[in-house]
Amino acid sequence: MDLDLIRQAVPVLLKGLNVTAMLTFLSVAIGFNLGLGLAIMRISSNRFLSGFAKGYSTVFRGTPLLVQIFLFYYGLGQLPLVKDNAALWWVVSDGARCAVLALALNTAAYTSEILRGGLMSVPAGLIEAAQACGMSRVLRFRRIEFPLAIRQALPAYGNELVLTVKGTSLASTITVLEVTGYAKRLMSQTYAVFEIFAIAGALYLVTNLILITLVRALERRLMRHQQR
Amino acid sequence: MEFGLLQVWEGGWVSAIMRGAAITIAVAIAAMIGGFVVGIICGLIKWGRIRPLTYIVDGYTAVIRGVPELLIIYLLFFSSVEFVTRVATAFGYAGLADSGYAFVIAVIAIGAISGAYSTEVVRGALAAIPQGHIEAARALGLPGPRIFRRIIAPQMLRIAIPGMNNVWQVTIKDTALVSVVGLQELMRTAFIGANTTRHPFIFYLIAAVVYLAITLVSQTGIDQAERLLRLRSRK
Repeated sequence: MDLDLIRQAVPVLLKGLNVTAMLTFLSVAIGFNLGLGLAIMRISSNRFLSGFAKGYSTVFRGTPLLVQIFLFYYGLGQLPLVKDNAALWWVVSDGARCAVLALALNTAAYTSEILRGGLMSVPAGLIEAAQACGMSRVLRFRRIEFPLAIRQALPAYGNELVLTVKGTSLASTITVLEVTGYAKRLMSQTYAVFEIFAIAGALYLVTNLILITLVRALERRLMRHQQR
Repeated sequence: MEFGLLQVWEGGWVSAIMRGAAITIAVAIAAMIGGFVVGIICGLIKWGRIRPLTYIVDGYTAVIRGVPELLIIYLLFFSSVEFVTRVATAFGYAGLADSGYAFVIAVIAIGAISGAYSTEVVRGALAAIPQGHIEAARALGLPGPRIFRRIIAPQMLRIAIPGMNNVWQVTIKDTALVSVVGLQELMRTAFIGANTTRHPFIFYLIAAVVYLAITLVSQTGIDQAERLLRLRSRK
């Protein structure tokens, strides 16, 4: 009985893991770049830009992800502006695309706070030295500020990655069948609630463990000047 | 008509949303208190590395922090619903499952999640207490319980405040997840309103604004409390 259940549940949940991984990858790829942009806006001296970035992060960090997902999936489709725009409608009309949108915008807010902390920790003297060398703003950011900021921010960003993986489970509430979605379906079909939870939970734990290990390895590589 | 603001007003949804917000706050506070008690017990176990128990606590925090909250809520809800209905029908309360039961399960689920994060905060705060203070108390011959009450607890609580503030913010937002098991809190009320009036945008927007108001107001309150504590400790 038990073995049968495992043989039945594992392939289904693994199929869900593919979707979970895809959702995570896309929303992190979009969210990191958005977050970087927001962090730069936040530390800029332009009052309008930094105000916008601050408001954005307050709103997205102050409301539950579930509300954001529902607002995008059920709410946006109602607006004529979205309905008449082919590109926007393409995003909003599908659960998975909408989940990626919500997750990316959500993680961008947290990422921007993490990167802002990293950017602010870069010593002013280094930036002044780069200026004195005649580096342009873009070059300075690419060679001095960003590499130093990302080292500082990496441990916190690893936590944010785990939170994003956990956040993808909410996509199951808007018809996307990923690990949690399949797990819920299996729970109500087989009544083997604990066994299904254990398998699905193990998949999430392994995914998060892999991510954290990768981040640690990257961190070690970036900090290799400090070893020895 | 376009937005449905009128329907929200005329349909009596304002008071429904207020009631939902009150339930959300009640769940969050109850879960936070329960979670803090769990956090202090588990944090002490983890800090002192009390042998067999510390492995259980390690497993508990690792699972809660690595597995989606939604999955944990499904586990607690689906595994208990059968048990509770059986017990309730045995005692002749067939309808119990839909009254206070959802609230209790919600508090247990959110409390378990918040407890795992509190554990880490408490453990970190305990580790931040200078070892010398405890050794000095021991050298003075203070008994163990009094060392905890006079030396460890006051310092631990003060150091833990910023971390507990974060846990509180996460806990409020996590309460939205219990709407999936049917507790009529803020999110569930918005969901019902959206489906009845067919104006999802305005309802979820209102829910988002209410959540934002709750987090911002509590944030300002906690900042104020923190400032007061810091002033007092500097004297």
